[in-house]
Amino acid sequence: MTDRNIDILVIGAGPAGLAAAIAAREAGITSLLVIDREKEPGGILRQCIHNGFGLHRFKEELTGPEYAQRDIDRAAELGIPIECSTMVLSVSRDHLVTCVSPVYGIQRIQAKAVILAMGCRERPRGALCTPGTRCAGIYSAGTAQRFVNLEGFMPGKRVVILGSGDIGLIMARRMTLQGAKVLACVEIMPYSSGLNRNIVQCLQDYNIPLLLSHTVTDIRGLHRLEGITVSEVDQNRKPVPGTEKHFACDTLLLSCGLIPENELSLGAGVSLSSATSGAIVDETFETNVPGIFACGNVLHVHDLVDHVSAESYKAGCSAASFVLNRHSEDSYFSVMDGDGVRGTVPQRIHRNVDSPVDLMFRPAGVYRNCAVVVECGNIEICRKKAQIFTPGEMALITLKPEHLRNLDENILTVRIERN
Amino acid sequence: MDQVITCINCPVGCRMTVSLSDTGEFLSVTGNTCPRGAVYARQECTLPKRIITAVIPVEGCRMPLSVKTSVPVPKQLIREVMHELGNTQIHAPVRAGQIIIHHVLNTEADIVATRTLP
Amino acid sequence: MKTMSDILIIGAGITGCCVARELAAYHASVLVLEKESDLAEGATKANSGIVHAGYDAVPGSLKAYYNVRGASMYSGLCASLGLPYKQCGALVIGMNDQDRETIEKLRLRGEKNGVSGLRILEHDELLSLESELNPAVICALYVPSSAIISPYETAFAIADHAALNGVSFRFNENVEAVHVQPDGLFRVLTSSDEYLCRVLVNCAGSYGAQIHNQLSDTKLEMIHRRGQYYLLDRMDHPPFTHTIFQCPSSMGKGVLVSPTVHGNTLLGPTAEDIVDPMDTATTSEGLSEVLRKAALTWPNISVRSNITNFSGVRAHLATDDFIVGPCDSCPGYYEAIGIESPGLSSAPAIAQDLAGIIADQLNLSAKSDMVPCSVLPVPFRDMNTEEREKAVAADPAWGNIICRCETVTEAEIRAAIRRPVGARTIDGVKRRTRAGMGRCQGGFCMPRVADIIAEETGVSLPDVKKGSGDSFILAGSVESFLKGDTAYDRSEY
Repeated sequence: MTDRNIDILVIGAGPAGLAAAIAAREAGITSLLVIDREKEPGGILRQCIHNGFGLHRFKEELTGPEYAQRDIDRAAELGIPIECSTMVLSVSRDHLVTCVSPVYGIQRIQAKAVILAMGCRERPRGALCTPGTRCAGIYSAGTAQRFVNLEGFMPGKRVVILGSGDIGLIMARRMTLQGAKVLACVEIMPYSSGLNRNIVQCLQDYNIPLLLSHTVTDIRGLHRLEGITVSEVDQNRKPVPGTEKHFACDTLLLSCGLIPENELSLGAGVSLSSATSGAIVDETFETNVPGIFACGNVLHVHDLVDHVSAESYKAGCSAASFVLNRHSEDSYFSVMDGDGVRGTVPQRIHRNVDSPVDLMFRPAGVYRNCAVVVECGNIEICRKKAQIFTPGEMALITLKPEHLRNLDENILTVRIERN
Repeated sequence: MDQVITCINCPVGCRMTVSLSDTGEFLSVTGNTCPRGAVYARQECTLPKRIITAVIPVEGCRMPLSVKTSVPVPKQLIREVMHELGNTQIHAPVRAGQIIIHHVLNTEADIVATRTLP
Repeated sequence: MKTMSDILIIGAGITGCCVARELAAYHASVLVLEKESDLAEGATKANSGIVHAGYDAVPGSLKAYYNVRGASMYSGLCASLGLPYKQCGALVIGMNDQDRETIEKLRLRGEKNGVSGLRILEHDELLSLESELNPAVICALYVPSSAIISPYETAFAIADHAALNGVSFRFNENVEAVHVQPDGLFRVLTSSDEYLCRVLVNCAGSYGAQIHNQLSDTKLEMIHRRGQYYLLDRMDHPPFTHTIFQCPSSMGKGVLVSPTVHGNTLLGPTAEDIVDPMDTATTSEGLSEVLRKAALTWPNISVRSNITNFSGVRAHLATDDFIVGPCDSCPGYYEAIGIESPGLSSAPAIAQDLAGIIADQLNLSAKSDMVPCSVLPVPFRDMNTEEREKAVAADPAWGNIICRCETVTEAEIRAAIRRPVGARTIDGVKRRTRAGMGRCQGGFCMPRVADIIAEETGVSLPDVKKGSGDSFILAGSVESFLKGDTAYDRSEY
């Protein structure tokens, strides 16, 4: 067995892991390793061949592989080692990481700090409890994306997409461009959870109908999918009898939500938030387990990779500080979700924080002309107005250190104030 | 002639109504809540353009090649660009950034590889 | 081309596989025909996976007889084949005085059937045993010998052992007609071929009556009774450690909540009589019925961790008992019909009897020794670190994790395809290795599994199927779509 001691181990070489590793190296950490289960670094960006990445970070529009390559190149420049085809089997509370690969076999790596950057997975059909047969032709949108963009095969010819998350919208366009017919995109909510630009450029450009407040209520086909039934839903998301529409299709793609992949985190004793399904972290992205940090989609599902990179860079800096022993004392504010707010990250903030803290969350619905308010007890400490909030885009409000001085209470509440 | 479009500049997604002359010239826009909307509406109604990305097969390589247009191309050419890509023969290796087709369909756009295939 | 064999078995479910393995002990040519693309594709893959103790069947019935005998064989059988078997015990819970009467009756019945260890437990003891149980429970029949197994994995291992000892399996062979020739041989016509045999064994599950009615003077009618299930994700602390039954009714044993051998939690089944035995769809009514009924056992029920829903179709006879043995009006024809619950529990005993009678009739001599079963490799997820290290050192494919959720390696997937009756489909690999059985339901691993199947079986990726029939996972290459080719055009619209 190979036993190694290193300063920082980053699990995952997607945009989060790469940004964290780059930050840690730039902060002076030399003993550093990134591991990834895929054959190449880049994470899910490898299969996201569409454009639209990097507008915030690079002020230009890149495709997924191009965005990933910038970080891969930077990591190479900095001499950051990346071991691919390596699967982490367990992470212990005291940072012992066990992993396996065909090349190196079982390795045990003792790290001073661990950065969790494993990303997320898609919600499968089972989680939706959609009735019908279990035929071939039903894939999560990401699986279909992998087949088309990385393997070079098309999953089907006549496609319905359930869920209007961004991957579903992107796949509607991809399948259409590559020669399939997309019949409809079906969304159970009265609004899409995808970005506006994707609704316009992926659906409207190709005359693909978006059926809001609809869901799939039956799946037919003995062996391969033959058709589905779509029904309108009421306000409680229950199908309304008599509203059934039938579609003859051979493919159903599911884009019904992403779930942070935290099985390893749980094994390490990391506490998870029920709102985000990711770790509970403080503003340095440290979890409840000292020296274990989390960032990217394993922490909370992001809307834009630019945000993932920015957040993970901070996490990498924090992990470096932890290793270099510049850890601050532990007295915290707890951050709670208030009205209209879901899954605020970070969930804890050091009372004596000395740099601005971005609070990120998902609006629980579509709200127009309102404001995000952060309160401590009865004291309003920060407010930000916005024309609109939608669940498809992360909302962000920045707390400055001076906002957090001279407060008696320990709880910060983030809420959306509606008029 | 009026045309209704959704603005994509921000999540508000303003529904804008654009008036066009009989010859398709831009006359006016209503429904936008910011100047960026007006700019988008004018572009979108006179000559909408898109960056196209796609995967295409490569001789001697199992993995397909992902490509993009170097600049946006007129929306009405999307189908033709895809047809052109279907008739393009490529051989590995390909470098990211390599031009696969110069000035596709005589537009200003090149078809550029977005990843390296060994 | 006519294929001749001494014995032809129709159906490769658990019963057919067990019969085949028993017959493999004799000098005779044995062929199994299966209409689906793999073993265990009917009721065997979609049932509760319980080895019932035998308290439920009417004393004196074949169900009672074979259940108790079969159940007693399973622990040895599973041990010899390296299969999971867990005697987790069962509780039949009662919520009122009428249930208490039923439970008392079941206890007496069980004792008559020869089930040992039955006891009636009261409220307090029950809740200390199973804290998630409905506190309104007043009593329960405690059945210590009730066990859980993996039904399809059991069929796979048994079929492998049969195949190692000379039994042939042919898949995608749907028997369309059977009749007796003047020379006394049976002629079996399938969709694509023709077979002759001296002895015909009907283990056709849902299609048992259909075969029977072509050969016997008596006519049977089969009732297809569908059962729908929820399968919940593995949890560190599953809600129940015992199989929890509610009081049985005329439609069956009711909705149970049970752990599985792999640590999942199973809820179901419903009991709905349907027309088409292939109709294994789930319905919103059926699924909500499961939830409603399971909530009586488990008030804190949560299906947030649901992995999948499925349904299976039981082969029910109006007589409510098995038919096992030779058919009086058709010499040389043997049958096991109506093998619904407790069919899984009974199958090994039924097979022993059937094979014994057949061997007698054909005057078969026993082989002096059988090829021992090939013990399956220990799954990577069950190995300790040292074993894992050794495995990867011997073959790097053990270090390549394909299924993340269930930690299944490339080596295991290749081995599943290379087994004597190996996997040929995504579902075949899934049931043999658990790749794709986990919480992401194959979202990550399915494309990689498909690759390995294509490579191992020498087909191209678009020819890989999920299961039977035209269940192709892909419609064609990006190239064929871009060119507008219909090279892989298999669908009609």
